[in-house]
Amino acid sequence: MRIVILGCGRLGAYLAGMLVAEGHQVTVIDRNAEAFRRLGLKFEGDLVVGTGIDEDVLRRAGIEQAEAFVAVTNGDNTNVMAAQVAREIFGVRRVICRIYDPLREEIYHTLGLETICPTILGATKIKEALDR
Amino acid sequence: MYIIVVGGGKVGYYLTKSLLEEGHEVLVIEKDPRKCAVLSDELSTNVLQGDGCEAAVMAEAGVGRANVAIAVTGDDEDNLVVCQVAKHKFNVPRTIARINNPKNEHIFSKLGIDVTVSSTELILSQIEQVIPAQSLVHLLTLRRVGVSFIELEVPPDSPALGRPLRELGIPDDCIFPLVIRGGKEAIIPYGDTVLQSGDQVIAVTSEASEGTIRRILVSDQEISD
Repeated sequence: MRIVILGCGRLGAYLAGMLVAEGHQVTVIDRNAEAFRRLGLKFEGDLVVGTGIDEDVLRRAGIEQAEAFVAVTNGDNTNVMAAQVAREIFGVRRVICRIYDPLREEIYHTLGLETICPTILGATKIKEALDR
Repeated sequence: MYIIVVGGGKVGYYLTKSLLEEGHEVLVIEKDPRKCAVLSDELSTNVLQGDGCEAAVMAEAGVGRANVAIAVTGDDEDNLVVCQVAKHKFNVPRTIARINNPKNEHIFSKLGIDVTVSSTELILSQIEQVIPAQSLVHLLTLRRVGVSFIELEVPPDSPALGRPLRELGIPDDCIFPLVIRGGKEAIIPYGDTVLQSGDQVIAVTSEASEGTIRRILVSDQEISD
């Protein structure tokens, strides 16, 4: 599968590594070239420097051929906008968007985005651990 | 009207000032406490310190009873989220977003923002108007209905000279409501009007027919925009 990942932080880089290991064709976008260090020297995917809310940057990352788009920058609004651009403008089939703010996650989930809220996930896991 | 302005930078400041002068009730939401202090000292209006993208802050601001929400921060993604949260969570009837990247205009309108204002685009269109080499100037584009108001100057070698308008093959989805002759005389053209070199023609046209209009009035060769 051809996958574009926006944001090369800890999560983006880790996910990119997992997907490449499974044989997927991965392109990672980050506005800071330094961030690509997290991928390690042997990373076999493509790298694009730029802001993910810019159509031209997304196009350069091959979004027109992508089957999936994942928005995991540390900015909720950047993720929300990039995810909507991927879905509405480029018609990407699978679009997944990380949103830290639970309230905003609820709004965009209701609006039909596939969202993941690490705040809720983390808190739930910790609560479960405490309950055991 | 009750208007919420998100972003208290220079645009937000002067916008709020003007809206207050027009007698509107305005509340400004701004993250930076220092900017908040300046805003509430200098403009006698309500200022709320907080992140305008957060639903909780919006609820505190009473966005639910606002007639208009205007997002004028320096970040397009923040302005988008402000408008979407206002519209979908609080049912604000009208949302206006400032955009920095002109290419985001059609994205925003596709994502349901009512009005977008792009300072970059405004400056660009001003430049278009003062550069004489440009044969076709966009005065106004109503993107949602695909209609443009354009202005063209008839050059000395125009293929349209010497023939009445009705013989020029002007497309059905285009009209010329006004011709300005010699920079001062306004002519409402009819089918038998004959254009002269130097005439400024105002045309209302579908975006698809812009190229045809240019071919008819300016040049047989120049096709691309």
